[in-house]
Amino acid sequence: MPVWKRPMRETTPRDLFPGALEMMILESLRRQPAHGYALVQHIQQRSNNLLQVEEGSLYPALQRLLRAKLVKAEWGVSATNRKVRTYQITASGLRHLEQQISSFEQMFEGIALVLNPKKATAN
Amino acid sequence: MNWIPNIFRRSKIYDDLSEEMRLHIEERAEQLMGEGMSPAEAKQEARKAFGNRTVLEERSREVWQWPTLESMWGDVRFALRQLRRSPGFAIAAVLTLSLAIGANAVVFGVMDGLILRPLNLPQAESLYGTQYGSNPGWQSYPNYVDLRDRNRSFEDLAAFNFAFVGLDTGNDPSLATGYAATGNYFDVLRVEPYLGRFFHSSDERGPNSAPYIVLTWAYWHSRFHDDRGVVGRVVQLNKHPFTVIGVAPNGFLGTILFVSPDFIMPIVNEGQMTGGNPLSERGNSHALFETIGHLKPGVSQAQALADLNSVGAYLQKSYPKEFDNRSSSLARQNGFTSFGAAVRGFVAGLTLLAGLILLAACANLGGLFAARAADRSREIALRLALGSSRKRIVRQLLIEAVLVSLAGGAVGLAGSVALLRKLSTWQPIGGAPVHVPVSPDAKLYLVALVLALVSALLFGIVPVRQVLRANPYEVVKAGSSARLGHWLTVRDVLLVAQIAICAVLVTASMVALRGLARSLHSSFGFEPRNTILIGTNLGIAGYSGDEVLPMQKRFIEAMKTIPGVEKVGLVNNYPPLVYASASRQIVFTDETRDLSQSNVAVMPYSYQVSPDYFEAAGTSLLAGRSFRWRDDKGSASVAVVNMEFARRMFGSVSGAVGRFVRMQDGTRVEVVGVVEDGKYLSLNEDPQPALFLSSLQSPFGSAYVVVRSHRDPQELAAALRGKVRELDAGLPVTTDPWNDLLAVALFPSRMATVSLGVLGVMGAMLSITGIFGMAAYSVSKRLRELGIRVALGAKRKEVLQAALGRPLRLLAIGSVAGLVLGVLASRVLAYIVYQATPRDPLVLAGVVLAMLVLGLVATWIPAQRALAVEPMILLREE
Repeated sequence: MPVWKRPMRETTPRDLFPGALEMMILESLRRQPAHGYALVQHIQQRSNNLLQVEEGSLYPALQRLLRAKLVKAEWGVSATNRKVRTYQITASGLRHLEQQISSFEQMFEGIALVLNPKKATAN
Repeated sequence: MNWIPNIFRRSKIYDDLSEEMRLHIEERAEQLMGEGMSPAEAKQEARKAFGNRTVLEERSREVWQWPTLESMWGDVRFALRQLRRSPGFAIAAVLTLSLAIGANAVVFGVMDGLILRPLNLPQAESLYGTQYGSNPGWQSYPNYVDLRDRNRSFEDLAAFNFAFVGLDTGNDPSLATGYAATGNYFDVLRVEPYLGRFFHSSDERGPNSAPYIVLTWAYWHSRFHDDRGVVGRVVQLNKHPFTVIGVAPNGFLGTILFVSPDFIMPIVNEGQMTGGNPLSERGNSHALFETIGHLKPGVSQAQALADLNSVGAYLQKSYPKEFDNRSSSLARQNGFTSFGAAVRGFVAGLTLLAGLILLAACANLGGLFAARAADRSREIALRLALGSSRKRIVRQLLIEAVLVSLAGGAVGLAGSVALLRKLSTWQPIGGAPVHVPVSPDAKLYLVALVLALVSALLFGIVPVRQVLRANPYEVVKAGSSARLGHWLTVRDVLLVAQIAICAVLVTASMVALRGLARSLHSSFGFEPRNTILIGTNLGIAGYSGDEVLPMQKRFIEAMKTIPGVEKVGLVNNYPPLVYASASRQIVFTDETRDLSQSNVAVMPYSYQVSPDYFEAAGTSLLAGRSFRWRDDKGSASVAVVNMEFARRMFGSVSGAVGRFVRMQDGTRVEVVGVVEDGKYLSLNEDPQPALFLSSLQSPFGSAYVVVRSHRDPQELAAALRGKVRELDAGLPVTTDPWNDLLAVALFPSRMATVSLGVLGVMGAMLSITGIFGMAAYSVSKRLRELGIRVALGAKRKEVLQAALGRPLRLLAIGSVAGLVLGVLASRVLAYIVYQATPRDPLVLAGVVLAMLVLGLVATWIPAQRALAVEPMILLREE
């Protein structure tokens, strides 16, 4: 389980549900192939720093995606002349991502309905 | 199947992963440096931001593994490395365990061969043997016929007796042992012949009507050399022609576990062997050794027993003279007959003791492993701090224990298999085809495996508690010298348990030794030293009826002429204590008129002996006279009795001489002498009455001639045999010292003593290693403290007390506990050794002495080490 660093807020942090990290990685890679470090930066930026992911916790997730052939990896050289291993989403990865997003949105809508029926997003 | 190529690519994957993580941290560090941090700070911050790299790397790798299996394999390799690093410990542990498991495996093999495995016959579970009265087996033929025809519980009943004959295949007569069986024997047992055919009830057409024999496989192999044309061959049994009609299949060993017959002949022809017609008399209870048969399906043991008893009641009513309504008993036929209970008790006792040895070994190893775990507590603490789960560490310790115990089990199993193979070829009583039918099979291996795993759990558990409670931070700070705080640690308890078990085993051995000594020194009633027994069977050589007596007289006279021979006597059948074959007679008082079973006065063991027998055997005469050559067929019947007979019948020794008793057939016999008591059937019997008749008045072809002489036995035997050849070249004889033939009677005690002795020695060895281990460990841990004591002026005695006080105190506690247990367990020991009483003061003293010696031996080396402590050297080291 990726571990949250405690941010300086009053709200208690919560663990990501299983598969959340993989989903976000796939989405990021869909936009643009990247290597591990860049991925972390990307996720943190795009979440407005609401999600603080321990950097190393990405790697077990990446390996899982690699094993399931949802992404593929290649050694290369980055723009800044560093040796990096770049990940790219595969076709089956795209399909998997779409499935995951739709089921996630379903779940999210269901929870929101239960919590507050008037604020349900129009669909 | 996408994991197959993954295995080969795995090392590359791992390398890529490591590299990636390293680069990630570097990149982060660079970024932080770019933001203005110092390089060192940046690196530290980058690492913190990354997280626990080791754990993450491991979890990433786990994605590509079968986690449980792989980590277990890793544990196994780690355990092997650890064990290789301390070879002394590993070897000691494996040896200890192999001894214990080996002992248990041997005992199990014996139990399996003797008790668990049924006879090698089809449907052996429904095969039962009947026993009439208290005389085990032994029934008369007419009784058997009535039993067979009148019972309603058995499908059919067969019976057999032993037949000792001289078998001549052409021109080499030699003695053979076989069965004389009823016609339905093979049909009842449901065995099919390997060659030729078997005989059946239809072949029996009256006495001496079926001159056929069936060979057993082993005899066909050894004597007839696998000759497939043996069917139809005619051989001579005691000079009578018999036709070989078949060969029994391999594995058929008859129906008695210890004795395998050479051949089987129809019982109707037994008369030819022994002379007379032993089958016709209802009162001849020696006609049949055993009756066996399959119970009808659906008949329970209780029903069958009731049925047998009702037949017995009928027989008693119809034939009151020959019968006493002693009840029948029914026993599953597993090859044991009368001594089944004794053997079962013995094996059960052995199993218990072997189990105790295993427990002691586990306690020993538990202590060793606990010590090792204590030594490795720093390593364990570090591992815990680095993020390992306690479960993982416990699993690794258990795997180490399992490896040791599997190794020990394998070695022990190999040793036990070798021992069991040797045991099955061992003929404890030379000459008699007696053997111990054990053979290692799959069950043995399974038992050894189970024992190994169970032991691993038992002693592997010991350090686990320690590990689970360890607080890593304290241990890392304070080092492993932190005391556990209790007065009595787990290891102490284990050592005490071990010592107690050993004391019990040593007690058992001492008891066995005392028992054996006592039984050997009790009076036999004859002096077996300096005597040679010549076994003769005039029936084999063709002497019959009236020819027997004159030949025997000539024989005795001839033996007397040999220089060095002092006394010569003769006894019909077998002398006392040889081959456990004593037989009883029914004797009434002189006044009894109604000679029925209910009026029997005494039932002594009975022998027929020649004049000079008592002198030759060394039996002392207490009153009256012994037999003379005048006491032959023409004179009045006379008898000599022993003291127990005289006491029971007449109340005193002096009151017996000159009195009369009545035999079963009504003849009056005068008691002319009284001899000392002795042992007749077994060493362990209570005093038994005995009656000696004159062999001249009841001659018998098969007899033993007792020759007393102080000459060298080998020379004497050669001279005797030469003389016999002079007398009659065609008469086969055996010559043995009486002591050798006592082997059968002594066999149980010898076996018991040997087994208990071995177990006792093993227990002692285990305790020595246990005490030595603890003493050595304690001394080595406290060398610094001892050095300080010496430096402060402690004397040798005080140093020794400090170093060894604890182990020796534990030794004392354990010994006392074991001694008490041993005394309490005297009932168990009594199963193994007759008249075993641990309360014998000699035994108690012996045990205490033995434990003291053990303690001294075990602590000798550590004591020397403690005394040789050099404070200066120690204090300089850490």
